[in-house]
Amino acid sequence: MAKKRHITTKINGDTVEFLCEPRQTLLEVLRNTLDLTGTKEGCSNGNCGACTVLMNGRPVDSCLVLAVEAEDAELKTIEGVACGTHLNAVQSAFLEGAALQCGICTPGFIMQSEALLAENPNPSEQEIRFYLAGNLCRCTGYDKIVQAVQTAAGKRQTESGTKCCH
Amino acid sequence: MSTATKPKYKVIGTRPIRHDGADKATGRAKYGADIKLTGMLYAAMLRSPHAHAIIKSIDTSKAEKLPGVRAVVTGADLPEQGDRIVELGEGAVNMRHLSSNVLARGKVNYKGHAIAAVAADNIHIAEEACKLIEVQYEVLAPVMDVVEAMQPTSPVINSDVKDDSGKPTNVAKTYLFEKGDLAKGFAEADLVIEKEFRTATVHQGYIEPHNATVFWNADGKVTVWMSTQGTFTARQQTAELHRIPISDVKVVPMEIGGGFGGKISVYLPPVAAALSKKTGKPVKLVMDRAAVFEATGPTPGSSMKVKIGVKKDGTLVAGDAWVAFEAGGYPGSPVGMGCMCVFACYDIPNARVQGFDVCVNRPRTNAYRAPGSTQVAFAVETIVDELCEKLGIDPIEFRLKNGAQEGVRRVDGPVFPRIGMKETVQAIKDSPHWKTPLTGKHRGRGVATGFWFNCGLKSAASATVNPDGTVSLLEGSTDIGGSRASISMQLAETLGIRAEDVKPSVVDTDSVGYTDVTGGSRVTFATGIAAIEAAKDIIGQLKERAAIIWECEAAQVKYEDGSVIGPKGKKLTFKELADKLHHTGGAVIGRGTSSEATQGGAFGTHAVDVEVDMDTGKVSILRYTIAQDAGTAIHPSYVEGQFTGGVVQGIGWALNEEYWYDASGSMKNATYLDYRIPTCYDVPTVETIIVEVPDPQHPYGVRGVGEVPIVPPPAAIANAIYNATGVRMADLPMSPPRLMKAILSK
Ligand code: FES
Ligand code: FES
Repeated sequence: MAKKRHITTKINGDTVEFLCEPRQTLLEVLRNTLDLTGTKEGCSNGNCGACTVLMNGRPVDSCLVLAVEAEDAELKTIEGVACGTHLNAVQSAFLEGAALQCGICTPGFIMQSEALLAENPNPSEQEIRFYLAGNLCRCTGYDKIVQAVQTAAGKRQTESGTKCCH
Repeated sequence: MSTATKPKYKVIGTRPIRHDGADKATGRAKYGADIKLTGMLYAAMLRSPHAHAIIKSIDTSKAEKLPGVRAVVTGADLPEQGDRIVELGEGAVNMRHLSSNVLARGKVNYKGHAIAAVAADNIHIAEEACKLIEVQYEVLAPVMDVVEAMQPTSPVINSDVKDDSGKPTNVAKTYLFEKGDLAKGFAEADLVIEKEFRTATVHQGYIEPHNATVFWNADGKVTVWMSTQGTFTARQQTAELHRIPISDVKVVPMEIGGGFGGKISVYLPPVAAALSKKTGKPVKLVMDRAAVFEATGPTPGSSMKVKIGVKKDGTLVAGDAWVAFEAGGYPGSPVGMGCMCVFACYDIPNARVQGFDVCVNRPRTNAYRAPGSTQVAFAVETIVDELCEKLGIDPIEFRLKNGAQEGVRRVDGPVFPRIGMKETVQAIKDSPHWKTPLTGKHRGRGVATGFWFNCGLKSAASATVNPDGTVSLLEGSTDIGGSRASISMQLAETLGIRAEDVKPSVVDTDSVGYTDVTGGSRVTFATGIAAIEAAKDIIGQLKERAAIIWECEAAQVKYEDGSVIGPKGKKLTFKELADKLHHTGGAVIGRGTSSEATQGGAFGTHAVDVEVDMDTGKVSILRYTIAQDAGTAIHPSYVEGQFTGGVVQGIGWALNEEYWYDASGSMKNATYLDYRIPTCYDVPTVETIIVEVPDPQHPYGVRGVGEVPIVPPPAAIANAIYNATGVRMADLPMSPPRLMKAILSK
């Protein structure tokens, strides 16, 4: 077994240190070592997007990132999206719009939507569908997810300036 | 179409935020794979590389010696089952087959068939150890095709599956349903169309892989944490496979990441239990995606021959169907249900349906959303379309004329109660979609109708009134798509309180009465009835409590609109009375069950516009509308969600999903990338029309909505493709290569 590496990274604003084997994915370390199980595993080969997290602001499939690559990175996971007990615009739009059924895909969709709205605050339906096409949902048929992202975009614009926490 | 006399409800029909919403939007909700127990081991499985082979020997000694490995199990570690047939909630199951499917015994029947499992200190060691297990196989010729498997010359997969003369066969079961006089019916017909159809094996495709974490305690009590559609059936299967009493097994439901019928049968709990028994530690076992595709219930591919006769005026007179479904490596496809659905949308006086459950070297099939109905609807609904075209009859008018309605007898016997088949057809006729002409080259519109039974089965619930006027509801139906909300809303409606004042919990098998699976579109119906009964029980007890306070007879107390009302205008709201329970006898706990109620059946009619790229055969969906009878929509958002979700699964089934096998019976597309379920970029917005024809079997008129939306899409799309291209497709999926071939050979 290869020697474990010591990694220092930032997750949801906090400095975090962990030990990992070189072969371990970021997904495995988040879920098993750090108990951040909000990030989900659907395929472990980059096809479903359930494991999406933000790494230095960009959405990545954490199953395709090695944990050692997290050294000095800034990570954001689903656990860091809400501000304390206050759900953010995307989260509340998902709930109000019934954009989840089983909910296993939801963390990945929320992270991907966060990245989209940071890049493009006012996306069209087609832009949303294109940007979210790497995230699979087998339950909803996607309509309510797309609508929730549109609602969240609107909310974010009217609420701009009221940013909290991170 | 809405019903004019629709009763007014306070809670039903509103759209509250689901009770488990915050947990699921913040990543707090614990799904099956999220559990971690003290001292827990991680397990991995060795699976067969061959589709059909005899296992000559298994040598686990090297694996056992790998540092960090704690135990290895094979089929020999599960008790012998003999010839037992056990009723497992969703039908009778041959226990030897179930056991061999969970861990192979002497023979593998499909690639990916489980052979051995290893528990180790971490998953990487467990996976490495699997590679050290040495298995000697005698490879046999695989039987992959359902029709070939039926031939007397075919190799036989299960030697214990025999025909009436005692000869081993792949045809595990046959069905025959008849009605009227078939020959006379066809003799009356002015036009008869007969065609053959093929549909491919497809998978439920839930995003969460199967999982189980099991602890076999020193006292012999076994606890299973898993995501499952049915905790009680998982408990029974696990207990039966280990031949221990069911009460020694407790199944704790974790949140479940999709199921669609595929998470009813157990795969992992008995294996993790065997590993835990050997090690004395909790063992966690999670499938990888390839195993999900290769070794868990896809839904059967099929071969069908269907013949339908009509009179010149469009009157249906006769139908004959021959339906063979792949059962997979062991018997048990839903072909019986498919047979009952074939002609269920129509009033057809003379009919015959023959069905065959056929073993092939593919994973043992399982239910998938309206199991069996989508395949047969593809055949019948495309023939109906062709009949309409040849007779010059509008397909909507044909369905309004011949559609099933109250009093019509199905081929398999039952007579329909009040149903909404024609109402869904009318809703499509009246829809903006149908009223908007479709123009443009290589574009076409199609329509199709689908049926699903919806079942009742058994549910239980209990509800405790809290002093602050809320109610804690315990139920046993695992919540896959918002059923905590739909059950709580019915309880709230009955009690006259707010949906938010109900606190639902889905609890383990020791904490609630027997509840059948979350399947059969039954939860909002049957667990709903259990919750309504629990509410009525509460109301009865509240009247008694009020009577104590007012010093009158309970019979003098009425319950109206969330308040108890006594003599001389005395009144206490639910909340006020809840606060007085501690001084009038303590807790008020309501109990409710549902076991007798059966559903009347659900119908949906879909319209779709497509555009076909004549150079590539690619089909684009331009517009899609679904009209479905929901009886009474409890939470319309989740009803719409079921509609859209089912339609999109149906689109995937229609256009590209299929299992690809090579000549050796090895699946070549066991990843999401290659199997390819629809993404949000592949599908348009689905327009949803909720039709409400209340089901008289439910106090609020609920009909289950989950399954029937998947039934019409392949047929509707095939009919649209015909109108766009002039090509009638008889095979699923209608993928670009298949459609291109059909276009070129036109
Ligand atoms: S688990 Fe990472 S993309 Fe599916
Ligand atoms: S809500 Fe179940 S996979 Fe998206």
